[in-house]
Amino acid sequence: MKYSLRVLLILLVCVAGSVPGLARAQDGGEQPPIGAWDVCPTSENLPEEVFIGTVFGVSGSVAVYGEPQQRAVDLAVTQINGSGYLGEGTTLVALHEDGGSDPETSIAAMENLAAEPDVSIIIGPTLSSQAFAADPVAAEAGIPVMGVSNTATGITTMNDDPELDQYVFRNSLPESAVIPGTVASATEILGLEQVGVMYGNDDDFTVSGYEVFQQALEEQGVEVLREETFARGDVDFSPQLTNIINDEPDAIVVSALVAEAVPIVQQARQLGYTGPIIGGNGFNSPALFEQAGAAAEGVIVGAAWNVSNPSESSQFFSTAYEEAYGGSPDQFAAQAYTGAWLAAAAIRCADSAEPDAVREALAGLADFDSPLGVYSFDEERNPVHDPVAQIVLGGQFDLLTDETAAQAFEAAAAE
Amino acid sequence: MDLTFFVQQLFNALQLGSLYALIALGYTMVYGVLLLINFAHGDIFMVGAFLGVFASMVLGLPFVAALIVSMLLTGLLGVTIERVAYKPLRHASRLSVVITALGVGLLLENGMLALTGADPRSYPEGFINTTSFSIAGVNLTSVKIIIIVLAFVLFFGLYAIVQRTKWGMAMRAISYDKFAVPLMGVSQNQIISLTFLLGASLAAAGGILWGTAFPVLSPYMGLRVGWKAFIAAVVGGIGDIRGAMLGGLLLGFIEIYTVAYGKDIGITSTWRDPIVFGLLLIILVVRPTGLFGVARRQKV
Repeated sequence: MKYSLRVLLILLVCVAGSVPGLARAQDGGEQPPIGAWDVCPTSENLPEEVFIGTVFGVSGSVAVYGEPQQRAVDLAVTQINGSGYLGEGTTLVALHEDGGSDPETSIAAMENLAAEPDVSIIIGPTLSSQAFAADPVAAEAGIPVMGVSNTATGITTMNDDPELDQYVFRNSLPESAVIPGTVASATEILGLEQVGVMYGNDDDFTVSGYEVFQQALEEQGVEVLREETFARGDVDFSPQLTNIINDEPDAIVVSALVAEAVPIVQQARQLGYTGPIIGGNGFNSPALFEQAGAAAEGVIVGAAWNVSNPSESSQFFSTAYEEAYGGSPDQFAAQAYTGAWLAAAAIRCADSAEPDAVREALAGLADFDSPLGVYSFDEERNPVHDPVAQIVLGGQFDLLTDETAAQAFEAAAAE
Repeated sequence: MDLTFFVQQLFNALQLGSLYALIALGYTMVYGVLLLINFAHGDIFMVGAFLGVFASMVLGLPFVAALIVSMLLTGLLGVTIERVAYKPLRHASRLSVVITALGVGLLLENGMLALTGADPRSYPEGFINTTSFSIAGVNLTSVKIIIIVLAFVLFFGLYAIVQRTKWGMAMRAISYDKFAVPLMGVSQNQIISLTFLLGASLAAAGGILWGTAFPVLSPYMGLRVGWKAFIAAVVGGIGDIRGAMLGGLLLGFIEIYTVAYGKDIGITSTWRDPIVFGLLLIILVVRPTGLFGVARRQKV
């Protein structure tokens, strides 16, 4: 650790001393606290303009996700160019294509970008279903493509030909990576010893969520007192919840879609349970506290990112985004912003705008400071970074810490 | 066994069972008078719940007023459905009427979907007092108490109407012999309308209470609940309102206690529905007419 730190320091000093672009950026105080400036030296051989493409759904029903994604990329590109990240005289240009709400529009958008002569890398599309349809277009054209919101399993291994898969990346954590982190934080902060588990046993998503929970609980040494099941469309969960509450668990762990999550949370509170409820990804939606109201206080759910993340790069991003667009960013914006910086870092490290060189550099990126945390790609081009555990407090998601947990459960006990 | 736990589940069962019972009453009354299984009844229940949302959100009515408005409007809807869809078929084959009832149900479901969209609805906050309190370790909410009390009040009110009034006597008479009674000067049409009015307004009450207990209202909410209430009516002995009440409560109790104690003998909560319906099948095998049913001879 110490050794590598020293090496980095030396490298940094060498780089700072030798490269005018970086020195200027540091002098101007504009260097964003992101982008692992020290991962590789500033590029020197890049053309005047380097192009990245984006395929975000900015029209139709997906626009609620696609619009913040596109804005976040624009913000990142402005910062990258403003800080001379790609070296003097090189400008990064984002080419936006509307991916629409359906796979067909995304394919057309991807084809347009692949037909451009100088696109180094493409970011998008918004939905997993669009990625399955459109990513092969980019891969076959030999252009790397990086999803920033695709969480379905198998995104980066979608092609029959493993050679083509080498071009498909994503930086959005799948659910299986979020839950263990949430359970670990909750166990540590709340001192969980025994829990009751409840899950929907007729749905792939909730069953796989349950399995991940089960494994994570076992790893943390948390005892499962009781498992209860329900089916999609059930509305009365009171007998199962009464069973679970009767065992006096430290927390109730629930793997459910949001339609069932809301009544489960409400009915648990009606039955007098005031403790923590730990939910799977189905709970990660504002609909939870919008519909369940005060009952949702004290619900814990994992996510890839939260706006109150205290790290320097995350705060830097949130502030810049709010200044630029006048509203606080969501997880989609944070992931898209990080995606654009990752793309720029790959171009910088490759010191080339050639898609193949960029692809290789991107695959090698590791320990990259980003709003999502310290970021790396694994060998299957999936993201590796710590998820955040969130708790519902005062009608919104906050970071789960000793303080927020104490506040949430004090308020519940007082009621 | 743990008494607090038993009592807690008892209230869960009473709540669910009395909701089933309120809906089962409508099935059983219509069957008693018309020998028609009104498969649209579950969807009338849904419309009642949504009219409650409308009354509370748009008109801003408090709980009791919204309940009365929704019961009246839904009752009129029931009467209209009978006039428009069932009356012209009164002398057609039984099968045609059942198909028509299914059609009316689909019309109500999809009409509501088109009007309100697929997003689940709920009653506004403060619509009904939802205080939680705890007595000797048993956690109750005011909603639970209101549901149970109101369901029994409505049942006894209906029972009084059927047993003590002339209208009730006419209903029972028509149920007994629908050819002879009109000859005695009783208007068959009026009695049938009254039956639909009462049945549909009880379903509306059930719908609103259901929505306060389980606040996820969707246009398809009446489907499963409707089937279960229908089965409750059959088990109780279709045609008899005491049977519907008992059948509904029985269904609620079996469901809840299967989940509550099934685990101790190795039965997971997934078995809730198979066990409920298995037990009901056994009851029907032993007593084909249901608990309160009377076998009727039919001349063919």
